[in-house]
Amino acid sequence: MSEAAIAAREAAAPATEAPASASEPAIRLEGLVKRYGARPVLEGVSLAVSRGEIVALLGPNGAGKTTTVEIVEGYRRADGGTVRVLGIDAASGGPTLRARVGLMLQGGGLDPRSTPRDVLRLYAAFHVGGRDPKALLSLMGLERVATTRVKRLSGGERQRLALALALVGDPEVLVLDEPTAGMDPEAKHDTRNLVHRLRDEGRAVLLTTHDLTDVERLADRVAILHHGRIVADGSVAALTGSGEARLRIRLARPLDGAGATALRAELRRTHPEATINVDGPAQSAFAVGAVLPDPWLIAAVASWLAARDLPIVELRTVGGTLEERYLELTGDRDVEAAA
Amino acid sequence: MSRPAPALRSAAALAAMELRLTSRRGENVLVTLVIPVAVLLFFAAVGIVPATAGRAVDFLLPGALALAIIASGLVNLGIATAYERSYGVLKRLGGSPLSRSGLVAAKIASILVLEVVQVVLLVAVAAAALGWRPPAGASPALVVVAALLGTFTFAGLGLLMAGTLRAEATLALANGLFLGFLMLGGIVLPIDHLPDALQVVARVLPASALADTFRVALSGTGDVVGPAVMLFAWGLAAVGLSVRYFQWE
Repeated sequence: MSEAAIAAREAAAPATEAPASASEPAIRLEGLVKRYGARPVLEGVSLAVSRGEIVALLGPNGAGKTTTVEIVEGYRRADGGTVRVLGIDAASGGPTLRARVGLMLQGGGLDPRSTPRDVLRLYAAFHVGGRDPKALLSLMGLERVATTRVKRLSGGERQRLALALALVGDPEVLVLDEPTAGMDPEAKHDTRNLVHRLRDEGRAVLLTTHDLTDVERLADRVAILHHGRIVADGSVAALTGSGEARLRIRLARPLDGAGATALRAELRRTHPEATINVDGPAQSAFAVGAVLPDPWLIAAVASWLAARDLPIVELRTVGGTLEERYLELTGDRDVEAAA
Repeated sequence: MSRPAPALRSAAALAAMELRLTSRRGENVLVTLVIPVAVLLFFAAVGIVPATAGRAVDFLLPGALALAIIASGLVNLGIATAYERSYGVLKRLGGSPLSRSGLVAAKIASILVLEVVQVVLLVAVAAAALGWRPPAGASPALVVVAALLGTFTFAGLGLLMAGTLRAEATLALANGLFLGFLMLGGIVLPIDHLPDALQVVARVLPASALADTFRVALSGTGDVVGPAVMLFAWGLAAVGLSVRYFQWE
């Protein structure tokens, strides 16, 4: 084929692909089933990621997160269900599909004796129309360590290099397995901004994480995987909105049983359903539940305390956080608390 | 948005990377370049090799060439690939647009380049330090055939270990086999000097088949078909088993 013919075909390609890709999500999983031997790992996972969307796959260890992303990446074949990436069957996409999907694996897959510049140049050579390795080094803040061997890089630098590797082919779809693991807070912040920018450029991003802050600050949607099934799928707000919120107050002096009864009587006028639970023997903290902790409730409680000269040490609303919702759905304690 | 690069360009880039990494690993330079040269010079100097036909160097140079091929294929490629597998390098490459055949082609190309350096170095050292001159019957074409057959077989054995054993086990086994082949494979000692029981084992080793093939190629005398066929049979078995049992992660 002549160069002119190739150019003409490339120019024509977006126009012919556009109608199909506009309606089709970039990643679409339907009824995914996977067993390792007799042990079922995925039992009917369905999930879609659109272009310009970040979806976080959250779940306890062993829930099937990595198995799911490895099926999307083409490393494993599902025993049942369909896996479409950019409209193509993931298991049979071949080099053409792999050029359009950027991967970040746990552990990175980097040779300790190679350098960031070596690795980025190597992977850039596998693509036509990819990104410039030098520009990527600078984008990821790796210029200073461009010729440092991988074994001497910090954990965060390795993660950034692995992410740079995912971007080298200028991919339409990004699949990131624990992208911010091992990064310091600043690198996490920068990485989240970068992923947002990639999303805003119209790329689809599927990521797994253990970090609930990642989910809250990064993801447009969160899908919670538990025992091989998606038990929740929606925006963080939609997911946490259904949790019950409470107002918690800690006082400088105890609020005894009589005080609690008096407060309940006071609140009955404005918030008839409100309940009051005083903590433990110290009795210096209590929770107001069964009603939304709205400003009127807070004002009513605060003015009652003010009239009795009871100083507040701590006042916060709890419940309805992603962490609590997550624990409720999975019973999992193995998460980094939202910081 | 990008497309896969032409297969040849991708494979060439990976082969260049493999060679760069090999040159950075001191132990690879030692085993592929320094040890074969040292073995050649040492055993030529100590004179324990009986010069049954011609001089000791005529026996030792083909042995050193065989040792060099074993070092490149079995030790260097085997250990490097085993660690690439354990670091997830192979897995990551598998997620790139590089095809699996491109990856294998790159590995083979990088060993062949290394072997050219080894052969040139060993022949130059033999000629300069030991006064070796190619006999009238020497066949450069047959030397190339021996090197390719040897690469097929020992790279196959190296990849079989790398793809089925832990990296640490591959490291230990590759070094053990290297030493075993050096002693028993007709590399520095003619096999008929070994005890009878060991001779039986030594004669069917791929190392002795490769050393014998090189000896025929460099002397122009003796039967080449027997050792070449045995070498090829080992290669078929090793490559066949690797294709069947190689685990990428």
